[in-house]
Amino acid sequence: MSKEKQSPDNSRRRVLKGLAGLPFVGGILIGAYAESRKRKLAKRNILEALNINAVRPESTADMSGDPIRVGIIGFGGRGSHLVRLLGYATPSWFQRMKEEENEGAIKAFQEQENLNVKLTGVCDVFDVYAEEAVAAFPGCKRYRNYEEMLESPDIDAVVIATPDHWHAPISIAALQANKHVYVEKPMTHNIRETYALQDAARNSKAVFQVGHQHRQTQSFITARDIIKKKVLGHVSLVQTNTNRNDDNGAWQYDIHEKASPQTIDWDQFLGGAPKIPFNKEHFFRWRKWWAYGSGLSGDLMTHDYDRINCVLEMGMPKYVSASGGIYTHHDGREVPDVFQVAMEYPEFSVGTSRPKGIERGMTFLYSATLGNQFNRSTILMGHDGTMELGNTLTIYADPGSTRYASMIESNLIQPEIPIYSYNPEAEEVDAITSATAKYFADKGLLWTYRDGKRVDSALLHLKEWLGAIRHGTPVSCGIKEGFEEAMSAHMGGLSWKIGRRIEWDATRQEIIALPGEDLDEILLSTQVGEYVMET
Amino acid sequence: MQYSKNQLFFLASLRILIGWHFLYEGLIKVFNPGWTSKAYLLSAEGPLSFFFKWLGGSALANAADIVTIALLIGIGLALVLGFFERAAAFAGIALLAMFYLSHPPIPGLENAGPAEGNYFLVNKNLIEMAALGVLAFFPSSHLVGLVYYFKKQGDETVGQHTAG
Repeated sequence: MSKEKQSPDNSRRRVLKGLAGLPFVGGILIGAYAESRKRKLAKRNILEALNINAVRPESTADMSGDPIRVGIIGFGGRGSHLVRLLGYATPSWFQRMKEEENEGAIKAFQEQENLNVKLTGVCDVFDVYAEEAVAAFPGCKRYRNYEEMLESPDIDAVVIATPDHWHAPISIAALQANKHVYVEKPMTHNIRETYALQDAARNSKAVFQVGHQHRQTQSFITARDIIKKKVLGHVSLVQTNTNRNDDNGAWQYDIHEKASPQTIDWDQFLGGAPKIPFNKEHFFRWRKWWAYGSGLSGDLMTHDYDRINCVLEMGMPKYVSASGGIYTHHDGREVPDVFQVAMEYPEFSVGTSRPKGIERGMTFLYSATLGNQFNRSTILMGHDGTMELGNTLTIYADPGSTRYASMIESNLIQPEIPIYSYNPEAEEVDAITSATAKYFADKGLLWTYRDGKRVDSALLHLKEWLGAIRHGTPVSCGIKEGFEEAMSAHMGGLSWKIGRRIEWDATRQEIIALPGEDLDEILLSTQVGEYVMET
Repeated sequence: MQYSKNQLFFLASLRILIGWHFLYEGLIKVFNPGWTSKAYLLSAEGPLSFFFKWLGGSALANAADIVTIALLIGIGLALVLGFFERAAAFAGIALLAMFYLSHPPIPGLENAGPAEGNYFLVNKNLIEMAALGVLAFFPSSHLVGLVYYFKKQGDETVGQHTAG
């Protein structure tokens, strides 16, 4: 190309073709900025409107000073787990984790916070369990029964992880001896001892905590704030579930090879339960019999009831109706394996976005099967929104909402996209979650990586208990919460047994019995309705 | 390399459109400080998933975020404006290969994420990789783009649809 053909024509072409990309860059920049600004504004508007405070409370209780001397009563599956959280793991556990290639569990144990506890005693009616603890933990003495342990000056506090029928008797004795108590759920096995334990806790100087560890889960603490801010409007229905479909979930635990009348103190195991000859299955699979366990109502519904009671603080129900039966495990068990409970709260209200007086009352629904493990989530259903609750927490606006009507109208809120999504492990709260983020959150992938570390909520629950012992700070699941959990579960068990809607007398603080009815006898009997169960 | 007007129009368009895609993805992430690739990495599937899961769970995850954003913006600018286009094309192929391999459209894998279409081995990442391969071997920035603009005055080839 000749020189005289250049400029000005050529320089114009030069600019046009040489800088052709520039306007695109400018356009993309403006486009990206405008789009992200729009997203941010929408997110801020919604978050401001919801005003949810999702700050993670740090568990700051100081664990220094003299170690608290703890005795473990019941060193089986749950007991050994709690003891590990207190800092004590047996060599056989390390061995088992290695065999299962579960290095993560070992790492988590080694990295967990030191709660400054000295394990000074173990009490278990099965020699193998008790001797394993004594051999593994120096300074840990075996006590033949809990009375001996409670008399010992070497014990400040006890962790009770026995079968259900021993929870209250041991708790009451410990509290009377002014020993601090951490007892597994359900708090009690019958109605009478629920009152007795309530009295013992009120009259004791010791700290009492029931082992509902989910109260430490951040999403539940956030959920409380959400309810307080009336984000969901009037909640009229809560749906909770248990879905299990394996032997372990159905309480078909392994029977230890060394179990025999020589290695098990059978009489002590039975305690107040009906005297029957030695029975390995009853010992290891005690959750299947009313004499020692509490069925789905005491064993698993208590978890869901307390989870919701922690969020809604609804307390005792007015009416409880139950249904169900043994439909998936005809293996001689007495407790139902499909079980539904409806608890009625006619006066319940968490506030409303509509004119006063229209909305009042709520049903708490629990549905369980041990024959299917399809995941049904916990759902709180309000006039303005729905909350899905688990490790993550998601809120959807309701298309018929009063509070969000204008935001839905202006397309700021779309009912099918969560308006709020909280993930305890993620760095920030999300207002409008993308389909992809929702997808990942649902799969639980978003909460395994924060600092590569997960904290067991039971450790936080034990820590809260130990903090209360050291500093007199409050516990989150004390006698009031335990009483409500146990009593409402007993109402569920009674309704199933009797086949009638069970009523609570709030003034007299008791379950209403018909003339001639001994409710405790009915609760622990093997008779259901008109027929006696074959066992 | 000689192009007809039509060939040049579509080559340059392809370059700018792919550049647009990269640049916009990069900028959106810059303007959204909460963005992270961790969930994407941790949900990896397929034969190389162990690598991506390790990366997502390691201390390098934050660095991976920064590198991803820098690459997206760098490649995007180079392709839209027309400079270092061959290097940008190869870098783009490498980045897309990572995306492709972490969530390969192999039947039976579950974590491929919600997709707007149906894919069997071939997905849009793979097609975009091939298109970047075309750009690497059929350059156009010496004809449309900054390379053309900064070419020495009087260069023989300026203004003609030819390249060496």
